[in-house]
Amino acid sequence: MTVLAVAEHRRGDLRDISFELITAGRELAADFDTDLAVAVIAGDIEGFADKLNREGVDTIYTVDNGEEFNHGVYAEAVEQLCAELDPTALLLPNSVNGLDYAPAVAGSLNLPLVTDVVGIEGGGTVEVVREQYGGKVETTYEVDSERCVLTIRGAEWPPAESTGDASIEAAEIDIDEGSLGATVNGFEEVGSGDVDITDADVLVSVGRGIGEEDNIPIIEELADALGATLSSSRPIVDNGWLPQNRQVGQSGKVVTPDVYIAVGISGAVQHVAGMKGADTIVAINSDPNAPIYDIADYGIVDDLFEVVPRLIEEFGGQAPEI
Amino acid sequence: MKVLVTVKEVAEVDDEFEISGLDIAEGSLEYDLNEWDDYAVEEAVQISEATEDIEVVTVTIGPERAEETVRMALAKGADRAIRVWDDALAEAQFLDIGTKADIIAAVAEAEDPDLVLSGVQASDDSNGATGVALAKRLGFEWAAVVNDLELDAGAGIASVHRELEGGIEELTDVDLPAVLTIQTGINEPRYASLRGIRQAQRKPLETESLDDIGLDASVVESPIERTSMYEPETESDAVVWDGNADETAGELAELLREKGVVEG
Repeated sequence: MTVLAVAEHRRGDLRDISFELITAGRELAADFDTDLAVAVIAGDIEGFADKLNREGVDTIYTVDNGEEFNHGVYAEAVEQLCAELDPTALLLPNSVNGLDYAPAVAGSLNLPLVTDVVGIEGGGTVEVVREQYGGKVETTYEVDSERCVLTIRGAEWPPAESTGDASIEAAEIDIDEGSLGATVNGFEEVGSGDVDITDADVLVSVGRGIGEEDNIPIIEELADALGATLSSSRPIVDNGWLPQNRQVGQSGKVVTPDVYIAVGISGAVQHVAGMKGADTIVAINSDPNAPIYDIADYGIVDDLFEVVPRLIEEFGGQAPEI
Repeated sequence: MKVLVTVKEVAEVDDEFEISGLDIAEGSLEYDLNEWDDYAVEEAVQISEATEDIEVVTVTIGPERAEETVRMALAKGADRAIRVWDDALAEAQFLDIGTKADIIAAVAEAEDPDLVLSGVQASDDSNGATGVALAKRLGFEWAAVVNDLELDAGAGIASVHRELEGGIEELTDVDLPAVLTIQTGINEPRYASLRGIRQAQRKPLETESLDDIGLDASVVESPIERTSMYEPETESDAVVWDGNADETAGELAELLREKGVVEG
């Protein structure tokens, strides 16, 4: 019996979630009084294994196959490791790539899968905590199974830090390259442009609460009045109302301004991942239960169309007619 | 060629809501087409408009109420719809990822599509896993979180962009048949036209029981049991200013002056 966590890396760097998986994994391994194994697949496996050698890791398995993530390789390698190690819990990242192979592994091994987990307790059966309905509630689940697959949300566990004394083993994994049905041809960076929102000291950020494209100018006017840079949450970019280089969040830019003013932004976890490092966070949102208030330092619970024009006037501007 | 689109009617929770037992009280919920599925439907309809002889079929798991959502997908251009429902599904505490994938796989096996489009996730459960789980059951190839799609049906390849974190896209060729999970922003979902809404009333919408698709009630059995639902403790220590808009805007203005954001 063991707990197996699988590291994630991209373009030569381990991603933060790898070290958070180690923390979650060693807590769960302690609950079950068992070992923690970490697997690292493809890329600079030796360099990665050195970095993953953190306190609490017993064994690191390296799988030498290609440079970057390929879901066929990952799924096959993890399935073969599971056959060998028979882990009581398989911990994977709840990332875009994690969700590109975790359901396939769970399906192949016929194991229960719970995704986007924010809390885990082991011992007898595994109990997990999730958020649902856009973070408005938390739910707990009991997984009544000897084995399970869990994907963990990023930034919920602290990264494992101090150096460990894991043994490092090259896993013997046999992958039939001819069976791979997806070929990764490369990467593209998106969202570059004339404005770099990561450079801004003050961001005025607009979200779904703005309602329609024709209302965007009042937020632009506010940004102008404050000498701030305009940014946005995802739905605004999805709708084509602002270009992609303005998007703050998990799939956009991570920003750390002195002041971040979130206007009509509910604060979904993917958005918060991109702006929680701001020094001072101000939220203007009519819903007092919006998750943005969990991380805001200051808030105005009111209709943005009432507040923003007043604010513009405070600084000598004039709110545009909308 | 046939494109199957998975469609879910999702529950949206009112700002003020109550929890009843292990779920949100029915009175606090409103229902709508899942946002991600709206993009998946649009992508399928655009493919059918660009190419001859493509049938777009939607599949949904849901009660009769969900037909309104399904009709909306038909009004936007899907040709035909299948809705799976059953007493065993109505009685289940919730449907886990495996159960949903098993049910949709049973429908997909009968339909034999070349391409399945599914939303990245449903806004209520946020599992983000049913599409890839479905692919595995069908023996199809797959790609998760697709925000650009070029289909080469002749070569049997879908060239996709997968939206990774941090503004990076992965460029990948996927063999068909495949399941692709569709990300918001991949297209601009249309509004249903009045003509489309009228036509949708005449399009076929079949209801299938578990028995009809070759499954039985055991498909809802799950080792995963929901044990509680609660409102998270608010972590908010935000200073929330009281008063009318003049007053609150004044407070914020003062803060911004203190922080040196604006002079004077």
